[in-house]
Amino acid sequence: MKKTLTRGCLRLGIASLMLLLSGCNFWLFDPKGPIAEEQMWLIIICALVMLIVVVPVTIMGVVFPIRYAKGKRVEKYRPDWQHSNRIEAVVWTIPILIIIALGAITLVTSYTLDPRQPIESEKPTMVVQVVAMDWKWLFIYPEEGIATVNEMALPVGTPVEFLVTSDTVMNSFFIPQLGTQIYAMSGMENRVHLMADEPGEYRGFSANYSGFGFSGMKFTAIATNNAGFDDWVAKVKASPESLDDERLAELRKKSRDVPPMHFASVNPLLFTDIIEQYAGALNGQ
Amino acid sequence: MSLNTALPAPPPGFTGYLAEEHHHDYGGDTVFGFWIYILSDCILFATLFAVFAVLQGNYAGTIEAVDLVELDYVLGETALLLLSSFTFGMAMLAANANSMKGLLGWLGITWLLGGGFLVMEVNEFIHFTHEGAAAWSSGAWSAFYGLIGTHGLHVFAGMMWMLVLGALLLRDGLTAHNRVRLMCLSLFWHFLDIIWICVFSFVYLMGVL
Amino acid sequence: MASNHTIVTEPHILFGKLTLDSIPYHDPILVTTFIVVLIGSLGIVGSVIYFGKLKYLWDEWITSVDHKKIGIMYIITALIMMLRGFSDALLMRSQQAIAVADSSGAGYLPPEHYDQIFTAHGVIMIFFVAMPFIVGLMNIVVPLQIGARDVAFPFLNSLSFWLFVVGALMLNISLFLGEFAATGWLAYPPLSGLEYSPWVGVDYWLWALQISGIGTLLTGVNFVVTILRMRAPGMKLMQMPVFTWTSLCANVLIVAAFPILTVSLTLLTLDRYIGTHFFTGDMGGNQMMYVNLIWAWGHPEVYILILPAFGIFSEVTATFSRKRLFGYTALIWATACIMLLSFVVWLHHFFTMGAGASVNAFFGIATMIISIPTGVKLFNWLFTMYRGQVEYSSPMWWTVAFFLTFAIGGATGVMLAIPAANFVLHNSLFLVAHFHNVIIGGALFGYFAGFTYWFPKATGFMLDEKLGKWACSLWTVGFFLAFMPLYVLGFMGMTRRLNYYDNPVWNAWLIVAACGALIVLCGILVQLYQIFASIRDQRKNRDHSGDPWGGRTLEWSTSSPPPFYNFAHLPQVRDRDHWHDMKENGLAWQRPEAYQRIHMPRNTWAGVVISGFAMMMGFAMVWHIWWMAALGTAGMIASWIIHAFLNDKDYYVEADEVQAIEDQRYRRLEAADDRVEEADVVTISV
Repeated sequence: MKKTLTRGCLRLGIASLMLLLSGCNFWLFDPKGPIAEEQMWLIIICALVMLIVVVPVTIMGVVFPIRYAKGKRVEKYRPDWQHSNRIEAVVWTIPILIIIALGAITLVTSYTLDPRQPIESEKPTMVVQVVAMDWKWLFIYPEEGIATVNEMALPVGTPVEFLVTSDTVMNSFFIPQLGTQIYAMSGMENRVHLMADEPGEYRGFSANYSGFGFSGMKFTAIATNNAGFDDWVAKVKASPESLDDERLAELRKKSRDVPPMHFASVNPLLFTDIIEQYAGALNGQ
Repeated sequence: MSLNTALPAPPPGFTGYLAEEHHHDYGGDTVFGFWIYILSDCILFATLFAVFAVLQGNYAGTIEAVDLVELDYVLGETALLLLSSFTFGMAMLAANANSMKGLLGWLGITWLLGGGFLVMEVNEFIHFTHEGAAAWSSGAWSAFYGLIGTHGLHVFAGMMWMLVLGALLLRDGLTAHNRVRLMCLSLFWHFLDIIWICVFSFVYLMGVL
Repeated sequence: MASNHTIVTEPHILFGKLTLDSIPYHDPILVTTFIVVLIGSLGIVGSVIYFGKLKYLWDEWITSVDHKKIGIMYIITALIMMLRGFSDALLMRSQQAIAVADSSGAGYLPPEHYDQIFTAHGVIMIFFVAMPFIVGLMNIVVPLQIGARDVAFPFLNSLSFWLFVVGALMLNISLFLGEFAATGWLAYPPLSGLEYSPWVGVDYWLWALQISGIGTLLTGVNFVVTILRMRAPGMKLMQMPVFTWTSLCANVLIVAAFPILTVSLTLLTLDRYIGTHFFTGDMGGNQMMYVNLIWAWGHPEVYILILPAFGIFSEVTATFSRKRLFGYTALIWATACIMLLSFVVWLHHFFTMGAGASVNAFFGIATMIISIPTGVKLFNWLFTMYRGQVEYSSPMWWTVAFFLTFAIGGATGVMLAIPAANFVLHNSLFLVAHFHNVIIGGALFGYFAGFTYWFPKATGFMLDEKLGKWACSLWTVGFFLAFMPLYVLGFMGMTRRLNYYDNPVWNAWLIVAACGALIVLCGILVQLYQIFASIRDQRKNRDHSGDPWGGRTLEWSTSSPPPFYNFAHLPQVRDRDHWHDMKENGLAWQRPEAYQRIHMPRNTWAGVVISGFAMMMGFAMVWHIWWMAALGTAGMIASWIIHAFLNDKDYYVEADEVQAIEDQRYRRLEAADDRVEEADVVTISV
């Protein structure tokens, strides 16, 4: 029984390893922008450092009860042994050293990877306003004067500042392959700087449960070169729809699994209006 | 004696158990427990103060405390409550002197002072609500009523307790049990006084100045 | 479910919001469950009455203030609730295993149902399984370990228990009447506000937690006083058994953290009932404040759950290594450090809210610092086994399972504590895997170890060892299969609480996770059978010595189960491992020459009656039945006052009665005649 179990586990392990290696399904290990890439290395380094503790603890956890099982090494049995300065020193020092190292990394990366920290680039930062709605994402491009739902585009190599708010409950704006997520909260403006390095279509979604339609609250982030981006903007501008009050009221109704929409024009102050509809709102504080 | 060796043999006569038990101080347990409860209540109020601090400016266009609060009135309330703390002290002195009459008398005065405080507070709440500053008006007012209302509820509970304790005193007299209860109520009452001083300073004084 | 009910906005004067429509009779799963539960409970009540056990139940259990009986009742409730919480887990795992689709409607659970299930799962497992399990163990063990005859406030202990039962009952009523919250277990506003959750689900959540939370707060006060003031003569603080120490720290945390929960729940209640603006999106409310408050309670809560489990591992490791615990002092200091630090880390639950870099860095580093004392503890247990004579009893199996699993959970916790890494890991299945890793591998395995370890103490007979080891193996394998894939899925970017997903690559991993859950199910079934079989064979498994494992601490010095007064004579302590000291010096099982009368608390109806009225009040508040709420409140106050007026709350057990009970014990000891071997090294035949 035990043997078949171990063999089963082994087979499962190999199968999972195969699964692991097949394709780039690990969004966190397949970064498409500088922020996500740094975060990937951060995770890998931290995991490796933690192995310094995990491996010996796990090994000792298995070896000690076997080595010192009842009846074994009776001559070494010391029932009253309870203290050793040397061991105490080691078991305090190692974790402390590890945490000092990781603490330093934490301190530095908290600043360098702060969502509000602009990304250095020759190109000027582009602004995209993001509104979480029930249950879809509204993107407003203030410079281009266009708006889209559940689809957005960004030019490769251009830093983008996302201004994020919510027209409803709390959500979290997240494109894993570009990095950092940020909460979308009503009456407030949150911001996150992201950039894409490679063209492609990346999945974005809400990472904070927001009600029954939450699972369908996903969008595509299209990263293209500048020409492709211009084409995309032109395509949106060619849309017969514009985001007037009537269309906005419709958008505000609860809806699930909303397909992408394009709006050729939008009220340039819509984003601020959405924040300020909440009397006494905190206005981006 | 090294840490890593067996203990020395116990002294002769050591049996590992107590042949004669001493009397356990149950009253002391209760008072100590009540202290722990007061500590947890402190955290409850600290949380409400924190809530107040976060929300205090969030009037969202509703009328502000500066325009409503009359410090003289609040000073009156404060005086009543502080005085009631003093009279409770007198009640404790009477209890220590085994004077049932004095005890009940001072407790009665304390009760009336506490009642006066509550009436004034409720009156203020009604007045504010009429002026457009109700608990549901804005975040700042919610925090105001939340904090002060919780304190008021505590005072109300203290007064109910005082009635029950008064009845117990009348029935049983100054028994050990009743003395412990009196001690706890006294702690509670003085504690509410201290909380009120914080309320007065942080909510009223700082709100108006 | 929730989608096709009518929401009554103007409550009826008699029935409040309650209508016939509130019963989910159109849902076949729920109707079947309801009928089964109904028949089951009628069967139990009926047989209790039929066999004339009602008076016995009332006298010996329901009104009991005996900490051991209250502890047993806590654990029974916890196990029952675990079955429900685990059913929820199975439903979720199976839904996610099949729900690959582009749009809503995949799988067999619509979001309206599924979202209630994951909310209920979290609430049940934390509040109504983990909490009562550990409070139950503390109830049974702590007074025995410190040589006390009961807790400091026996009536409050009974009240705590029954208030907790009220919370559990309300949660279960929500299944058949109305709905439960579909907000996630911590019910963040504005989603939990009236606008987005207009019906009764969140109200059930609020009142169930509020009522049982008050009970927990009372438990906290009770145990702090018990441990600090009722220790046996001679027992200094640094001579307390580690489980008692960790319980003390956990109860200090309860006293310090639960008021914050009380306030958060109350303010959310006010927002929903009278329209205040504490956490609303508009009119100056602040939703972020709720998140801060709830986690300022929530993080210490995690340590309330896990610190006592650490205590259990300490006891078990020392006992079965047949050695003194290594590094006792360091362990106690580590526990105290964790207790203090647990109050300055709450923000790590929402680094992604957008606080500044400095704030994030502070909370990130504070969180990491907690891992230092935690790591030290692990090493201390490992070095307790070092140069020992480790006996593989089933409590020890759970402990080894803990060594295997917990380090991984700790490591992933440190990863999550780095704000910049948390920005991509937050709310992913990596997070879900992490906290299950520490709560199952850390806390729950500890509870199971403690359950097996102290079971003979509480009942007088052992649990079947072989079945216990099977259960442990199944749980461990199932745990790895169920949660390691979730770590992987987290790296794949899968977020938590998804009802369906359109990424077919995730599916294989979720199927593996579902298989893991099934193996855990087998583990649970084996545990149930283990309990059944052990009760059936209790004659064979009986423990006559009171010390079946060769224990080291005081609880093993009395009989199993202990007499209601625990100790005929209070122990006189000179060492941490008092019972071991007694055995070493030939003082164990010595018969005292004479007995004294013993002062004991009387049973009281007050705990259960006050809680009954609390239930009435809570239920009425959920449904806005104001007259009933007023009646419930008045009933609570009135019964409390009546209780205050009763004078006959304690009595003396006379010396000859003590003598009679002790005579029996020593007769049993001699008959079993296992005293001599027991004093040496204990052998347990498996």
